[in-house]
Amino acid sequence: MAQNEHPGDALETPDASRRNFLKQSSALAALALAPPVAVKAIDTGWDQKIATAFDPLPLQVTINGTMQNLSIEPRVTLLDLLREQLHLTGTKKGCDHGQCGACTVHVDGQRVNACLTLAMTTEGSTVTTIEGLAQDNQLHPMQEAFIKHDGFQCGYCTPGQIMSAVACIREGHASSPEEVREYMSGNLCRCGAYANIVEAIMDVKQGGKKV
Amino acid sequence: MNPFQFTRVTTPQAAISASTKESGTYFLAGGTNLIDLMKREVILPERLIDINKLPLTTIEKNVTGLRIGAMAKNSAVADHELVKTHFPLLSMALNAGASAQLRNMATVGGNLMQRTRCSYFYDHSMPCNKRGPVQAGPDKGKPNGPAGCGAIGGFNRMHAIFGASSKCIAVHPSDMCIALAALDATVNVSGPKGDRRIPFSEFHRLPGELPQKDNTLLPGELIMSVDLPTNRFADHSHYLKIRDRASYAFALVSVGVGLEMKRSDGSVHTIQDVRLAMGGVAHKPWRLFEAEQFLKGKEATEANFKQAATLAMKGAKSYGENDFKLTLAPNSIIDALKTATKTA
Repeated sequence: MAQNEHPGDALETPDASRRNFLKQSSALAALALAPPVAVKAIDTGWDQKIATAFDPLPLQVTINGTMQNLSIEPRVTLLDLLREQLHLTGTKKGCDHGQCGACTVHVDGQRVNACLTLAMTTEGSTVTTIEGLAQDNQLHPMQEAFIKHDGFQCGYCTPGQIMSAVACIREGHASSPEEVREYMSGNLCRCGAYANIVEAIMDVKQGGKKV
Repeated sequence: MNPFQFTRVTTPQAAISASTKESGTYFLAGGTNLIDLMKREVILPERLIDINKLPLTTIEKNVTGLRIGAMAKNSAVADHELVKTHFPLLSMALNAGASAQLRNMATVGGNLMQRTRCSYFYDHSMPCNKRGPVQAGPDKGKPNGPAGCGAIGGFNRMHAIFGASSKCIAVHPSDMCIALAALDATVNVSGPKGDRRIPFSEFHRLPGELPQKDNTLLPGELIMSVDLPTNRFADHSHYLKIRDRASYAFALVSVGVGLEMKRSDGSVHTIQDVRLAMGGVAHKPWRLFEAEQFLKGKEATEANFKQAATLAMKGAKSYGENDFKLTLAPNSIIDALKTATKTA
């Protein structure tokens, strides 16, 4: 309880020298990035606050079955964590504003837009990306179906489409092509492969394989 | 994205006390709107308080009806059996909003707090009175972009026809809130000065002279839950959403309707009770009180629906590109009433 009421304490690093280094280095970084902000901040004794804002925080999250103990800046999105820090580049950055669905991943089994998810909010969660869908070198039935039905052209939206499609069936929202179209509306395809994507999803749904 | 402090809390008390300590502090729930606004530097928080671990996700019956926890996800509410059975209007409205992914992220409390999608609000090189002062650092108090309303005399196809002011003609974007307005919801909040219950019609506000303020929450107040009173509208509910594409677009106009019908001797149906609210037309979910009053005790006929729609449109004012809403809105009311009364 005490920890909950002072959550900042739990996030403090006990290593004093590292802390000082970060304070200094982030004050420098702040100077380099936004001189007026940092200068004013130091003048008014706000260096501590800015240092905290730039400090990496600990994050424990399971990604594609592997527990990751990470250290990240609080403003890093789940999408940037996956792509830039973990090099899981299967998840795509399209609009970066939650409008296109290219960044769709599963967090605790639910499909979400990784671009609007701060990585810090996934603490203790289980994340599955397109890289984690295939099992034992066997493509997931949805991946097979997208190939069979030509559910893409350029392929940029495809990882998001597939993650969304798997969730669509798991949620029970794939009982008809109309329902699939409605529940897949968060995934845009500039090439216009929609007809084939719907066919692929209906094929997997009707095939009855476990998704 | 500008740097900010990040704090995680697991109790509402901790969230409230952390948020009242310093200004420039925002609660972070699903983040579907806040993170977007931060990326566009429309909102520049100094501190985020992550409230995602708060135990406020329960959806349960209470003595007056249904209580929905503020952190319940939009998808969880839409698919909940009690909601689908007793408050189908809420399910319909939720499922008409956003995408499946966003509904898995967005919370009930966050949905209430979402900002307008007016493109002038989103672009800080354009004039906007709603953006208000910036929240961060040494620029604190300075306006984030030029003052004025770019939408008045500008691109205002999506904008308000009711309750706007010379300062702001933006609309509230939520579908869920249209259902909550129609269903006479109450918002339960907790804050530094204790708990209070806010009737839904008093939660959101009209822009007036202070368009920066979307709602009547006080500093440090946290939405805990939403209460829905029991009703008899389940058999005659409809949410009609008119938008530029079939799915995943904000409403040009939407209508939420719930009716209690009484079958008379013949085939004529009488309206015992009715609730009507519109979206896409005002700075807040727009209840059609006069139209409701008129319809009570009337027969469910097209002529009565037309008269109700005429009453609902009293005081409407358009701004050029949204002139079409003066026709679309009454037609949508009539259409929604026909569907809900099954007289279409």
